[in-house]
Amino acid sequence: MTLLLARRFGQMLLIMAFASLILFMIFDTEEFKKKIAVAELGGFAVSALSDQDYQEWLAAKGLDKPFYQRYFTWIGDIFRGDFGHSFEKNTAVGPLIADRLWNTAILAFWVFALMIPIALVTGVLAGMSEGSAMDRSLSFVSVFTTSIPEIATAILLTVFLALGLGWLPAKAAMTQGFDPWQLVLPVLTLVLYGFGYIARMTRASMAEVMTSNYIRTAVLKGLPYRQVILGHALRNALIAPFTVIVLQLNWLLSGVVVVEVFFEYDGFGKLLLEAALFGDIYVVQAATLIAVVVACTSQIISDVGYTFLNPRIRFA
Amino acid sequence: MATVTVDVPERGWLERLESTRAVIALILLMWVPLNVYVMFGRSFGDFADYLLVPAVPATALLYFLTLRAFRESRIALIGATLVFFWLFMAVSAPFLPLVDPNEPIAPFTPPLTEARDHFFLLGADFKGRDMLSRAIWGCQRVLVWGVTATLVAYVIGTMFGLLAGYLAGWWDEVISFIANVFLSFPVMVLFIVILNYLGASGFNIVIAVTFASAPAIMRIVRGLTLDIKTRDYVFAAQTRGEAPLWIMLVELLPNVRGPLIVDACLRLGYTTVAITTLTFLGLGLQPPDPDWGLMIRESAKTALLWKFSYMLLVPALSVSSLILGFNLLADGLREISLKD
Repeated sequence: MTLLLARRFGQMLLIMAFASLILFMIFDTEEFKKKIAVAELGGFAVSALSDQDYQEWLAAKGLDKPFYQRYFTWIGDIFRGDFGHSFEKNTAVGPLIADRLWNTAILAFWVFALMIPIALVTGVLAGMSEGSAMDRSLSFVSVFTTSIPEIATAILLTVFLALGLGWLPAKAAMTQGFDPWQLVLPVLTLVLYGFGYIARMTRASMAEVMTSNYIRTAVLKGLPYRQVILGHALRNALIAPFTVIVLQLNWLLSGVVVVEVFFEYDGFGKLLLEAALFGDIYVVQAATLIAVVVACTSQIISDVGYTFLNPRIRFA
Repeated sequence: MATVTVDVPERGWLERLESTRAVIALILLMWVPLNVYVMFGRSFGDFADYLLVPAVPATALLYFLTLRAFRESRIALIGATLVFFWLFMAVSAPFLPLVDPNEPIAPFTPPLTEARDHFFLLGADFKGRDMLSRAIWGCQRVLVWGVTATLVAYVIGTMFGLLAGYLAGWWDEVISFIANVFLSFPVMVLFIVILNYLGASGFNIVIAVTFASAPAIMRIVRGLTLDIKTRDYVFAAQTRGEAPLWIMLVELLPNVRGPLIVDACLRLGYTTVAITTLTFLGLGLQPPDPDWGLMIRESAKTALLWKFSYMLLVPALSVSSLILGFNLLADGLREISLKD
């Protein structure tokens, strides 16, 4: 097990090193450097700049060195806890990312706190009696909500709950300090889109368990139906959804971009998009590293958790 | 010696149309004109509209055949109807009595009202362009780029999947590692970085979608190939001395087709979502031509009033119905394939 974990972590580090090297290469082009110059000095100033002045500006920003040299300095700095400097926001990247990541973590916490119970209950209810009217209607609801993309869900919720009924604020910019009401629409959007997938996984897993022999035995020996479901079926039916739930962390980092941009919530996704559009390489780098860490860790947790929960795999 | 005469049953025109070759011909007849029209329509000038003439009956005929083929699954029927509705809109847009989608007429006209001698069924946006016309014209680009991107991703993903699965060894190690690198990025991050690097356009969306989807497709195909390559007919082919490439394309590929078709339907939905989302974020298709994501992007700032919310609702509902169509189609196909 330790060997497996060490191998997976080694692979993760390799992927991170590879991914960040590619990013440094991508953002090394003349156009990107020019873009940063234009954004900082203004287009007119850049076109008026002499070549020598431009080179001096690049040197002042540390952009004159070749990318591999910058790459190794950057890696060295990371080990000292320095993630570089944001060109756009003119602050250190570390605290900036930490701040935005915290905002996204609040959002993610509420999404998971709502989504997991709803999805599991729906999935178990639907899978309990496959083919029944309840199963069909719940399955249809989950296909339906998953089919509506996040951007459309965000629009529908905003139009009806915020603009039409006026119950909730339409934006989540949090200009006057933290306001939990502003968080409701983004969280609802992500929950509505995300719960269907877990619910369908739970349903499939539950339906499979319900056809197994030991459930038939439990029913035949006269146990109350409640006890068969809660005591016998659920334990095995929830193994597969567990792995899917952990992997949803990865989905959240993608899905959050649209939702944060639409609701103007200052989180990780919005920061990433702004940084990528600006060519703010150190922010993009740090954000990508975090994204890769989250993706790989969730994968490892999901795999390890699966082996722990399922003895058939553990002892195989 | 007795001779046996076999009655060859007379095949009606419908049965003849249902043969694989006829269906492929119909799909090409629908798809190629639409593709050329959207991608290169500008270089044809006034002649461009005539390109779509053969596509209209082809689409109608295909819809009819689909209804017959999927009659056992109600879900697939609903899905196919939604998808074909938009396909039909896409191919017939130039022939419908619509005003020019880019022509400003009467800004901020609410739905079902008349302004400047023009009846606005779905209203007009903040520049006064007809929403109905924009919604219908908008589906062309989403459909064409979405399907093209998915197709390219499939070709590349399947190729590498077959290579990794069949040749194994070093091929597998290298291809799987590269796939893992791409899979460990969240999809949106990958899209943003690639499109930001290449610039925003339809062709670059195809490249970005390929980078994002091909690794996942490769994994599926690799898994299926690993399973299938131990079958006897593969050993037989190896013994006959067939070349590895031939075995991959002729022996393996047709046998991994089934699960891939269902996955392709789902992935079409994801790609459509991705294109709309990317366009909304400003990284996808560019104005002024109508597109759903663009419609959302343009009115997201101005339409935040109940009175003007139709500007957001129309594109949001359009894209949702198309994706719902793809997903229901995938569900229905899975149901049908499980029955067999």
